[in-house]
Amino acid sequence: MWVPELVSNEELSSKPSRSKTQGDQMQYVITAKDLTKTYGDVTAVDGISFSVPAGEAFGLLGPNGAGKSTTMKMIGGVSQRTSGSLSIMGLDPESHGPEVRAHLGVVPQQDNLDEELKVRDNLLVYGRYFGLPMSYLRPKADELLEFAQLTDKAKSKVDALSGGMKRRLTIARSLINEPRILLLDEPTTGLDPQARHILWDRLFRLKEQGVTLILTTHYMDEAEQLCDRLIVVDKGRIMAEGSPASLIREYSTREVLELRFGSERNATIGAELEGIGERLETLPDRVLIYAHDGEAALEQVSARGLRPVTSLVRRSSLEDVFLRLTGRSLVD
Amino acid sequence: MSTLAESHNPGGHSVTEAARNRRFGPMYSRNVKAVIARGLMATKSSNWMVMLSGFFEPVLYLISMGVGLGAIVGAVQGPGGQEISYAAYIAPALLAVSAMNGAVYDSTWNVFFKMNFAKLYQGMLYTSLGPLDVAMGEIFLALLRGLLYATGFTAVMGIMGLITTPWAILMIPASVLIAFGFASFGMGITSFMKTFQQMDWINFVMLPMFLFSATFYPLSVYPQYIQWLIQAMPLWHGVELLRQISVGIFSPATAIHVGYYLVMIVLGVMLTAGRLRKLFLK
Repeated sequence: MWVPELVSNEELSSKPSRSKTQGDQMQYVITAKDLTKTYGDVTAVDGISFSVPAGEAFGLLGPNGAGKSTTMKMIGGVSQRTSGSLSIMGLDPESHGPEVRAHLGVVPQQDNLDEELKVRDNLLVYGRYFGLPMSYLRPKADELLEFAQLTDKAKSKVDALSGGMKRRLTIARSLINEPRILLLDEPTTGLDPQARHILWDRLFRLKEQGVTLILTTHYMDEAEQLCDRLIVVDKGRIMAEGSPASLIREYSTREVLELRFGSERNATIGAELEGIGERLETLPDRVLIYAHDGEAALEQVSARGLRPVTSLVRRSSLEDVFLRLTGRSLVD
Repeated sequence: MSTLAESHNPGGHSVTEAARNRRFGPMYSRNVKAVIARGLMATKSSNWMVMLSGFFEPVLYLISMGVGLGAIVGAVQGPGGQEISYAAYIAPALLAVSAMNGAVYDSTWNVFFKMNFAKLYQGMLYTSLGPLDVAMGEIFLALLRGLLYATGFTAVMGIMGLITTPWAILMIPASVLIAFGFASFGMGITSFMKTFQQMDWINFVMLPMFLFSATFYPLSVYPQYIQWLIQAMPLWHGVELLRQISVGIFSPATAIHVGYYLVMIVLGVMLTAGRLRKLFLK
């Protein structure tokens, strides 16, 4: 598989701001401090702070309405913050919108491709918005079409593309200016599993080339696959921060035993399961027992004479972290 | 691949790097031409049926009213008191109306739709473009379209034998002036609109202005206070200006008509510029 070289190796090694520094001197491409956004009475983002070093894949994980998209819009300088400070590549996006966005590639939650233009023209025109010359854009557009596996659709209308293709075109478009930071707002929401995997693969390649990825998602598997580090956001606040593995270690057990007793029994069975595992979580459709050894916990359940309809032992995931932190599940 | 990257990187300095190093304010990146280029490309590939219908509308009015109704009306008094055909009387007025309609449509409905439904501006504003680039580009496109319509309509007037003086060619730039006045205001007004119902108010203002601004008959038919009301409205000034140009007879009022539009443009641009954040950055 052939990949466009978005950043030449030479450039990577010669620019200190580009390379991921190991050790003491971290170069942050994004720094947010007490970032707040209110819409009337509603506080969408409530004083969040975080920093992202160059080359990292950084995730904002949270349910719908947590304030992830609002945060992304403030980073892009298309939404004004209410208070707090924000620095992108050393610039304030509010006072230097066009300059900050020259560093960014943006993949919004809903595709906003130019439906009046053909597929390839979407890339060319978008590149013109950055003030890039056609002599650069023509080969770059072909390269990105190849990257997005859309070469044979170059002359198609945007309308004719499938959901996954539109998403890939939106990502290709976001790369036209060789961004240092790629903002991805729920990049795979609404895509079928195969299309998601193709997308993840593309994003991995970009990360390998040193592009900083900022992504929001409410899919824990996506966050686990792609993110080096993430913040768990709920109601505009940061609930926890760390790598997926460290968050799971800190807020959950190694394994989880999922039991289903039928919807009426689930609610009342809690007392009878007391003492098994480290922690118990009762959901409407199932009961979760957090334990280091899930199989051993299941044996204890059987030993008490309880017969669940189904039982499943699995590894802990970010879903469990979120449940622990907020008392709610991530995808309703 | 690396060869490709190098070919754009003479001396290791890529064009994208250069693009990043430009410095602008928050609203404007001196790249109006990219917005214009996009508009032309989109017109080429899709909306040109819409464009054609915009051209035919005043032509159809001219034929039905000017030729049809004109047969009953006969000759009327022109700006200088001379006798002219009814078609020659209403043709410049119809041109002014079409300049108004085109500019208002482009700067209100078109902007409203692209902003709220096609999400076009949302995409543009995630690039280096600032709101001012987008606004100026859209206004320019509206004026370009107005220029094409005005040229076409003037040609039709010529073919129908309604042009009697070389001055008439000035109707084309004057139409663009009228369109500019309406377009700059229209965009500012659109920034206050949130729903379709509110957008309908625009039509509610435009239709009476079209019918009563001395378009089809002279202002003198009205009582004095109605005359004042109409003279305060922008379309009447456009109608009178083009009517004077069409016969090449000017008066001190000509300067007032032109001045009215110049003031309107200045105020409209100020309004739109002041509302840019509300218009594009939510």
